[in-house]
Amino acid sequence: MSILVIAEIDSHGIKAATRSAITAAGQLGGDVHLLLTGSGLEGIALQAKSIKGLSKILLADSAEYAHGIAENLTPLLVKLAPGYSTVLAAATSFGKNLLPRAAALLDAAMVSEVTQIIGERTFVRPIYAGNLNATVAVPPGLALITVRPTVFEAAAETGGDAAVEAIAATGELGKTQFISRELAVSDRPELATAKVVISGGRSLGSKEIFHDTLAPLAAQLGAAIGATRAAVDSGMAPNDAQVGQTGTVIAPDLYIAFGVSGAAQHVGGIKDAKVIVAVNHDAEAPIFKVADYGLVADLFDVVPELTAALKQ
Amino acid sequence: MKILVGIKRVVDYQVTVRSTADGKGVETAGVKMSINPFDENALEAAVRLKEAGVATEVLAVAIGSAANQDVLRHALAMGADRALLVETDAVVQSLQTAKIYRALVEREAPQLVMSGKQAIDDDAAETAQMLAALLNWPQATFASNVQVADGKATVVREIDGGQETLLLALPAVISADLRLNEPRFIKLPALMMAKKKPLETIALAELGNTAAPSLTLLNVAEPPARKAGRILNNVAELVAALRAEKVLP
Repeated sequence: MSILVIAEIDSHGIKAATRSAITAAGQLGGDVHLLLTGSGLEGIALQAKSIKGLSKILLADSAEYAHGIAENLTPLLVKLAPGYSTVLAAATSFGKNLLPRAAALLDAAMVSEVTQIIGERTFVRPIYAGNLNATVAVPPGLALITVRPTVFEAAAETGGDAAVEAIAATGELGKTQFISRELAVSDRPELATAKVVISGGRSLGSKEIFHDTLAPLAAQLGAAIGATRAAVDSGMAPNDAQVGQTGTVIAPDLYIAFGVSGAAQHVGGIKDAKVIVAVNHDAEAPIFKVADYGLVADLFDVVPELTAALKQ
Repeated sequence: MKILVGIKRVVDYQVTVRSTADGKGVETAGVKMSINPFDENALEAAVRLKEAGVATEVLAVAIGSAANQDVLRHALAMGADRALLVETDAVVQSLQTAKIYRALVEREAPQLVMSGKQAIDDDAAETAQMLAALLNWPQATFASNVQVADGKATVVREIDGGQETLLLALPAVISADLRLNEPRFIKLPALMMAKKKPLETIALAELGNTAAPSLTLLNVAEPPARKAGRILNNVAELVAALRAEKVLP
């Protein structure tokens, strides 16, 4: 049977996380269809058509889908899902909000935040903030799955030629009103999906110093800026910068931690990084136990030196 | 307005968890257990709504063994008016949990159900959405601000890269992000008072059929250990090492 991937769009079109979900769907075997929802999707449908690995685009273009409200999208998923073996989405705030709602009405198995596909019915997902991995099997029948986008390479944006089929909308629940969305205006990449993340701990001292120290290096690296819970709690960095068990779990190619001690809940959120670098003046800091490369040095010396070295 | 708050008893966040010797589960014997931190945020929000005169009653609910009485007493000490334990020794997964809560909602008729956005054991982040679906209620997950007035809840949600604001017609389900508030520190008199508050236990079977498709746990393992790292001497060595790893241009 075929697999249905639920697309997520933003102002740039189809999110890279959705293309990661398409790659994951391809690993399950069978045709992969993409459900594209929103309002005014003509251009995006063309974009979707050419993504590699899709055989069909289902296009639900209607006002009630404009803001990705789960209450409005769920009836559409409930209607379509029985024609598929698996419904799959990226484990983003959109996917995590939507798929469990649909799973409940379909009375189907739900597996969230999958990091490895072992077989059509067997998946690995992290538990306890990534300190353990659970291998789980879904029972026979429909399964709904969200996959962690950072561990599946995004499907190519070109090379495909899927058929586009317009489908009827399902109306709105009428109990949820979208008011506004404020996305952090930043020229930095999103923390959750950035290829390079640099982060700072409380030892940076203040909001101004935190920013002034790390921003030039982040700009040089094209990196997202993260922070420890302690740095966030003391007001040095915004809430959405928090990396770890209670913040954002990340898996960048390169993670550089400046003045981060390496509390268990922080380490739990960076374990999947390809390369971890720790810079800390305390040689005994636990962060060095998980770091691939360490510098026992003052971060206020290292950051400018590294920034300068990268400019060459 | 009555608020029902779902809480879960989990391994304390400071404990380093291990898989059991047979690799089939998580070692919880003799391990410190606590209220799920996100549920504590949900409870704090509910108690504040009561203190502000918006809510009239806060009911804390847990599902599990009799040992759950400790987290329910904690909830009562934080300010819940009464507590309810749905007693079972079975492992209850997300969808069954949602069905149990649906049965309790039918019994208790709350206008608002709150819980943490996820429990820090399974990290599933599913139950609140599932419950909202079963009830055909609106939902606001990952909430960082909740205001209730005139039968509606204005909720700010933490989403990837920012925030969004939704207006929900009550009754509704809201799941709490850590940013929603800072849960109060429980003082001794509150703990003493909590002992006098009602804590009711009902057997799971009393709630009717709550069966749901469940996942089979095949294996629990620690992720592959990271290979031993190297301490470098200076920035030049670091840049060279990172270029060799092809993570720097």
